Amino acid sequence: MAVQSDVIDDAGPYDRAKALSAFKLGDVTFYWITRLSAISVLLILGGIIISLIVGAFPAMQEYGLSFLWTQRWAPSADPPVLGALGPMYGTLVTSFIAMLIAIPVGLGIAIFLTELCPQWLRRPIGMAIELLAGIPSIIYGMWGFFVLGPFLANTFQPFMIRIFDGVPVLGAIFAGPPSYLSLFNAALILAIMVLPFITSISVDVFKTVPPVLKEAAYGVGCTTWEVVRSVVIPYTRVGIIGGVMLALGRALGETMAVTFIIGNSFRISSSIFAPGTTISAAIASEFAESDGLHQSGLILLGLLLFVLTFFVLAAARLMLMRLEKKAGN
Amino acid sequence: MNPIYARRRRKDIVVRGLCIAAAAFGVTWLALILITLLYNGVAGLNLELFTADTPPPGSTEGGLRNAIVGSIIMTVLGVGIGAPLGLFAGTYLAEYGRNDKLTSVIRFINDILLSAPSIIIGLFIYGAVVVPMRGFSAIAGALALAVIVIPVVLRTTEDMLLLVPNALREAASALGLPRSLVIKRIAYRAARSGLITGVLLATARVAGETAPLLFTALSNQFFSLGLNKTMANLPVTINNFVQSPYAYWKQLAWSGALLITLTVLALNIGARILGAERTAK
Repeated sequence: MAVQSDVIDDAGPYDRAKALSAFKLGDVTFYWITRLSAISVLLILGGIIISLIVGAFPAMQEYGLSFLWTQRWAPSADPPVLGALGPMYGTLVTSFIAMLIAIPVGLGIAIFLTELCPQWLRRPIGMAIELLAGIPSIIYGMWGFFVLGPFLANTFQPFMIRIFDGVPVLGAIFAGPPSYLSLFNAALILAIMVLPFITSISVDVFKTVPPVLKEAAYGVGCTTWEVVRSVVIPYTRVGIIGGVMLALGRALGETMAVTFIIGNSFRISSSIFAPGTTISAAIASEFAESDGLHQSGLILLGLLLFVLTFFVLAAARLMLMRLEKKAGN
Repeated sequence: MNPIYARRRRKDIVVRGLCIAAAAFGVTWLALILITLLYNGVAGLNLELFTADTPPPGSTEGGLRNAIVGSIIMTVLGVGIGAPLGLFAGTYLAEYGRNDKLTSVIRFINDILLSAPSIIIGLFIYGAVVVPMRGFSAIAGALALAVIVIPVVLRTTEDMLLLVPNALREAASALGLPRSLVIKRIAYRAARSGLITGVLLATARVAGETAPLLFTALSNQFFSLGLNKTMANLPVTINNFVQSPYAYWKQLAWSGALLITLTVLALNIGARILGAERTAK
């Protein structure tokens, strides 16, 4: 077929230049839109840090470092006396107990899913565990308040209190009276919440173990447990620790799941069945009705929490990145 | 059977049993939570729940209309603001800055923001929006949700775009398509279901967020559509009703909790089905 060259000659150069410049403009615009959006992530982090420091400044000036080891929290005193010791203690203790429960159970589920579970059951159970991660935290809190708290106070807590009554140290940790609102109840809810994080990351890192390593171990006669203990876990140790730290970061900052059931008491008690508070619970329950120095103190608590979780999460990411590099090689 | 082997077998069986028990433990919690939610929530499900506003203290008539509408408005706004930002930022990371120093810094920071405590986001928006605007507002709540949406969408966008084979991009470039069109017409299309998955997951994440709304949008007992005023929303309404002394409020809290959970689970399952379709292809 003959080409009508005159048409092309007429239209060609003009449209081409126009199209090219339009392309160029579109390219540059799109590049900068995406680049600025990417930079906005850094701006958000900067904004968080600056707004927390600005908000916390009056309290920092007033209390200085003594904020960290003062237990008294009396916002309505004149002048208000504020100390972070109670909430910090509660945050660390609930997270610690939660991890104590969630790590073995989470790893157990991961081992079950990767090594023991029949193929057809893997997806439904894996999905159920992941859905557990999707349930909003206020639902956990509400459920803990209405169902788990009363249940624990009537069964588990009296049982433990009776068993350890009179035993040194343990007797003080498991001291009565049983309570609907306690550090332990909050920790158990936290454990249920972070369980899916530990499980799903462990399953992911367990999958990075080269099958040939496991097959070799099975081939020399190892039992499933021996393969897991001597091959899978050593190979994935960094990743597991990363996953655990990630879950710890979640537990430290979790708010709604604990606010209802921790009791909001700023007094430190040796018993884990006594009410307490965490940093996030203190902020959630007091911030909306606070002002002046009280509000600034709460923001300072928030700043402490942010610094704490930032380092935990950063360590977690660094560890997971190390494992990714290893898997990539 | 020789005794050493018997001992190893026994140990193995014990550990297997413990692992099965752990899995049963995990699944039991999910079942327990869902059953109590259904049992308590279904009792309050009726038309009034969707047509009447939250009742004043002590009243036994009323629903959650204002809270449901408010939640939808703020979630849509939050995702509407956050998702494009996250999408573009993820595009930069995966398409333009693959070997950039900036990219690795942003990815690291984003991963931290992804799991940062949501109450801190609330404090940030309180300081950055509520204080300058001199009042709690729905727009502040939506912005707080947007800050939570961005990292989720960014992460999935980057992951999904990295899965698109480079040969597709090279073929498009070879035909003379400029870079921005290669991304918009080729990469986005190839990764479409993955990108939608990311947005769905982000929506699921913010639909039940309570902590960042507690002192940004606050709540409102009445029906309100004004973005510069406080706005009722399901999570904070539940938060207020759970600890109230009124049985009817508690009932409403259960029904609201059921609504949120079902929505979030539906979004999650939808996202997973979309994601599974992708891997099956």
